[in-house]
Amino acid sequence: MNIDRRLFQLLKEEKSPFLLSVISGSMASVMLIVQAYYLSRIINAAFIDKWSMNRLMPFLALFALFSILRMLFSWVSHVKANSGSGIIREKLFSRFTSRVADLGPLYSRSVQSGRLSNTMLKGIEALDAYYSSYIPQIFFALFTPVLIVCAIFTDDWISGIILLLSAPLIPFFMIVIGKRASAVTEKQWKTMSRMSGHFLDMLQGLPTLKLFAQSRRQRKSIEETGENFRKATMKVLKIAFLSSLTLELVGTIGTAVIAVSIGMRMMAGQLSFRQALFVLVLTPDFYLPLRQLGTKFHAGMEGVSASREIFDVLDHGASLSAAAKDCIEESAAAGQSIVFSGISYTYPAGSHPAIDAVSLTLPAGKTTALVGPSGAGKSTLINLLLRFLEPSNGSITISGKAVDRIALEAWHRQISWVPQHPYLFNATLRENIMIARRDASATELESALEKTGLAGFISSLPDGLETVIGEQGARLSGGEAQRVALARAFLKNAPILVLDEPTSHTDPELEAGLRCSMQSLMNGRTTVIIAHRLETIRDADQILVVSGGKITQSGTHDELVRTDGFYRDSLYLQKEAAI
Amino acid sequence: MKTFLRLTAVVRPYYLWMGLAALIGFATTGSGIGLLVTSGYIIAKAALLPPPGALQLGILGVRFFGIARGVLRYAERLISHNTTFRILAGLRLWFYDAIEPLAPARLLYYKSADLLQRVVDDIQSLENIYTRVLAPPVTALLVSALMWFLLGVYSLQAALLVMLFHLLAGIGIPLLTMKLGRGIQSSIMDIKTNQQVLALDLLQGIGELQVYGQLPEHLAVMQENEKEMLGLQRRNAVLDGMHESLTGFIMNAAVIAVLSALVSSIPGSGSGGIFFTVITLAVMASFEPFLPLPASLKNLEADTHAGERLFEILDARPETTPPVKPLPFPANHVIRMVNLNFTYPRSPLKTLDNISFTVEPGQHIAIVGPSGAGKSTITSLLMRFWNTREGQLTIGGHDIGLFDQENLRRHIALVSQKTYLFAETIRENLLLANPEANDDELKKALADAGLGHFTPKLDEWTGQHGMKLSGGERQRIAIARVLLQNAPVMILDEATANLDSITEKEVTATLAAVSSGKTLVAITHRLKSMEQFDSIIVIDKGKIAEQGRHDELMRNNGTYRRMWELQHSGKDS
Ligand SMILES: Nc1ncnc2c1ncn2[C@@H]1O[C@H](COP(=O)(O)OP(=O)(O)O)[C@@H](O)[C@H]1O
Ligand SMILES: Nc1ncnc2c1ncn2[C@@H]1O[C@H](COP(=O)(O)OP(=O)(O)O)[C@@H](O)[C@H]1O
Ligand SMILES: [Mg+2]
Ligand SMILES: [Mg+2]
Repeated sequence: MNIDRRLFQLLKEEKSPFLLSVISGSMASVMLIVQAYYLSRIINAAFIDKWSMNRLMPFLALFALFSILRMLFSWVSHVKANSGSGIIREKLFSRFTSRVADLGPLYSRSVQSGRLSNTMLKGIEALDAYYSSYIPQIFFALFTPVLIVCAIFTDDWISGIILLLSAPLIPFFMIVIGKRASAVTEKQWKTMSRMSGHFLDMLQGLPTLKLFAQSRRQRKSIEETGENFRKATMKVLKIAFLSSLTLELVGTIGTAVIAVSIGMRMMAGQLSFRQALFVLVLTPDFYLPLRQLGTKFHAGMEGVSASREIFDVLDHGASLSAAAKDCIEESAAAGQSIVFSGISYTYPAGSHPAIDAVSLTLPAGKTTALVGPSGAGKSTLINLLLRFLEPSNGSITISGKAVDRIALEAWHRQISWVPQHPYLFNATLRENIMIARRDASATELESALEKTGLAGFISSLPDGLETVIGEQGARLSGGEAQRVALARAFLKNAPILVLDEPTSHTDPELEAGLRCSMQSLMNGRTTVIIAHRLETIRDADQILVVSGGKITQSGTHDELVRTDGFYRDSLYLQKEAAI
Repeated sequence: MKTFLRLTAVVRPYYLWMGLAALIGFATTGSGIGLLVTSGYIIAKAALLPPPGALQLGILGVRFFGIARGVLRYAERLISHNTTFRILAGLRLWFYDAIEPLAPARLLYYKSADLLQRVVDDIQSLENIYTRVLAPPVTALLVSALMWFLLGVYSLQAALLVMLFHLLAGIGIPLLTMKLGRGIQSSIMDIKTNQQVLALDLLQGIGELQVYGQLPEHLAVMQENEKEMLGLQRRNAVLDGMHESLTGFIMNAAVIAVLSALVSSIPGSGSGGIFFTVITLAVMASFEPFLPLPASLKNLEADTHAGERLFEILDARPETTPPVKPLPFPANHVIRMVNLNFTYPRSPLKTLDNISFTVEPGQHIAIVGPSGAGKSTITSLLMRFWNTREGQLTIGGHDIGLFDQENLRRHIALVSQKTYLFAETIRENLLLANPEANDDELKKALADAGLGHFTPKLDEWTGQHGMKLSGGERQRIAIARVLLQNAPVMILDEATANLDSITEKEVTATLAAVSSGKTLVAITHRLKSMEQFDSIIVIDKGKIAEQGRHDELMRNNGTYRRMWELQHSGKDS
């Protein structure tokens, strides 16, 4: 659908402030004409008729009255347009953020975060100029000049004709220039967006850049990006300025022509001084709204360019299945097995399926371990279980019910998850752990810390749980960061437990300890665990070997040790030094 | 104020251009006044029915000012914006130069969203410092002076009246709006920073937020913030409307006042009447440059706030400073730590406590120990992300601080524990390690790192933080980078933690082959093939607990043996 139409659609949902704004603005235009009339009367009376101050007084008072009214009307118009635009922005922001939330992690990770946040924050803000200035101005650019021409016609039809003849030049130039401008503005917006994405990546990756001694090269690239941005912007601005220039010239030349023409006709005695002055005072105000339309058009264009990215996100994956309403009972998940039947999944733009017709059962209350080569699709299986991805084929069911019929939030309430790469918020340790359950009591928190072996570490910190852990937990060691994520799972205490390489960065001794406490956590819970160190999972009730997106082997430790394959090979490798 | 002065110092190199633009700006407004005045002159003169030809001067003036105004405005805008963007690009580099030495030690507690906000938004708001803060008062002042001069010639009284109203419009109203709107700009900027933080937490932590049920709340907070910001912006709009209306009102009041003052003094003769008309029109036109003044104070507040935030970064002292006369990286790069202590800032405990060891060139050593023992801290010191304050850390007998940092890092390759991939193509991510590498070298490195099947995917995009790849694939890209870097010293910090044993074995085999003859420091939790190391250092709580070859340590019956047995105590074999 046409962008302007969609933007207008949004406007239609919030008509009233804009209507008010336009009405007040129109009233202001009427006042403007009345004011001009009194001004010409006053000057005429003083200059030609040589009135005394006393006789002029009532006229001066009326002039003042209308000037006050005009100011009030235009103030209201300004404020109303702004509040209308605010309402639209607020709505759009809410739609945008919930859309991003619905699209889930796969989408957010596949685009540059800085870029997406730029669209979310600045893009929506850029629409402000479109709604609060450009849209009302379209109306004023039509209404005010027509009103003024009508007023002028009553006094001097020749000037009216001159104005009417010059006016169409303005939209003509605007269309010519506007076409080019919109392409350039679009490009400029993209550059700006890309720049935000790039800067965020650079800031987050600065230590890595330094590791590879690439800081200088980066500097050059910033220089180039900045220069590109300057060029893109100057291109837009040059066009904007050029269009202003044309509009301005039409306006000033029009004024000049009118001044000369009325001067001539006054000398010929065809026009009175009052009439002439009235026309002259109003002429600039005839061109002003048209000129302003040019400026506001360019300001609004940025919003239009940004809105393209906004709508892209809003439309993305429009086919996403409508959120189901079914709620699952807490106990329902606890006692139920989860069944994958014939699940396939191919990543967008992926050449072959990451998961290929996989069927498996996660028995209720039992532990299932996934092992397999790196890149086999283990995390993908988990992403499917968490419903971050929708299978392209097959279904996941719990007690016979398809999980995608369960409300996502309700489904997630059943799950504790330790991702392979946990996201840590740049906040305190407490906030980072309590995110799992805000209403957890102090003892529950204590116990989670105890079980993950963090208690000792935290007590050694001067600020304890209030220690801010820095960007991505920069102030923690790798193992500590991982255990913060593990502590979340302990705290949440949900019936389904999903652990994706939870102890890859912990030392053997600590891992042995963690295994014990994790065992108590997994007890009675439906658990999926991925690990590469096989001692972590040897006690699992079921071990599935994932390879190339398929399940190639399954069984318990004792069964798999006896069969040839990945599991046995790995085990052998891990123990080789012992033999 | 101090911040503002520092900001103006930043733009000083552009003063000439800025002055020129301000002058042209003044001439533009002057032409506007001229246009109205000469047109007024034409009709006032015509009203007196002068002989034909008497209007000639007026007609000429109207044409001249009409065209001049358009052209001048065009020139002014072009110059001022070009200057603005040069300033802007300069500011970005200036900020990067300041922030680069601070990473990572001094940026630890900054949120990257906050920094992003500074580098993009704060700097962008500074771009206006000239066009929206410095120039408008200059233009208004010049126009005002012009008016006093024009009026003063005819009527001192009128000149004084206009001056009064100009003062009201130029100082009174801006001060009033500033008073009413104080703090709005900085609050908006703070909310925006906050929003950026929330937005990035949403985008990068969405999985956690979803599964832990925090998403609705997170979105609600964002919505709340947005509402608050819109509220502030609405207040801004009310104030904008107010000052615009007030300025318009003062303009009309000025017209009335001047009219009343002059009406009694209109002499019988024509020229007095002409003057009367012309002055009225001129007074009306002269208020145009006063309209942007309140915004100029508003922007001043924003710019000062932005400036403070930028100077905070600029004024931070880097953890490590480059040496005056850097030494070349020595061929005999023996790495030695002697009684090294290290404590992180804000931390009460020593993270490294009296560490001493030596790595001869070509030696392979392993560092093992519990999580949080200080292993990665040692690598950070070697990469010179932190200063060594107590004890010695030398390379080839020279203090590590005597080497140029970039040179040092080129010679020590590190697979860091936290792999960072850029949201670029795989190729770009690899080229980071060696910008000169050709495609064959890139492919070979990938294959050696166990990613042979990735060779056709060089131009594939990796997603934010490389999240389109699996954890093990990311780690292998990091290994491929080190292979490409081909440095004499290699440090691997849990470089294979996310790999399965079979892939790990392949990768370690390549690494062993590549590192023969090179110095290798491997940090690992998987105690396998430990015999290959010339020395194993066991670190516990920042201290060296044990040190020696595998068999020595096994005989020692200490921490190492305990760890090793935990990993190899299969109930079966
Ligand atoms: N977001 C994504 N987009 C495209 N491909 C992906 C994405 N995430 C993973 N992949 C690919 O899917 C395959 C399986 O990945 P994953 O399930 O993470 O492996 P692992 O078994 O190591 O956990 C890998 O080849 C990986 O490159
Ligand atoms: N930037 C920092 N500021 C304060 N403490 C830190 C910082 N980085 C790490 N630490 C602390 O220092 C200790 C050692 O960390 P590290 O060297 O990363 O351990 P590891 O041996 O697991 O690699 C940990 O307890 C960690 O919390
Ligand atoms: Mg994985
Ligand atoms: Mg570490």
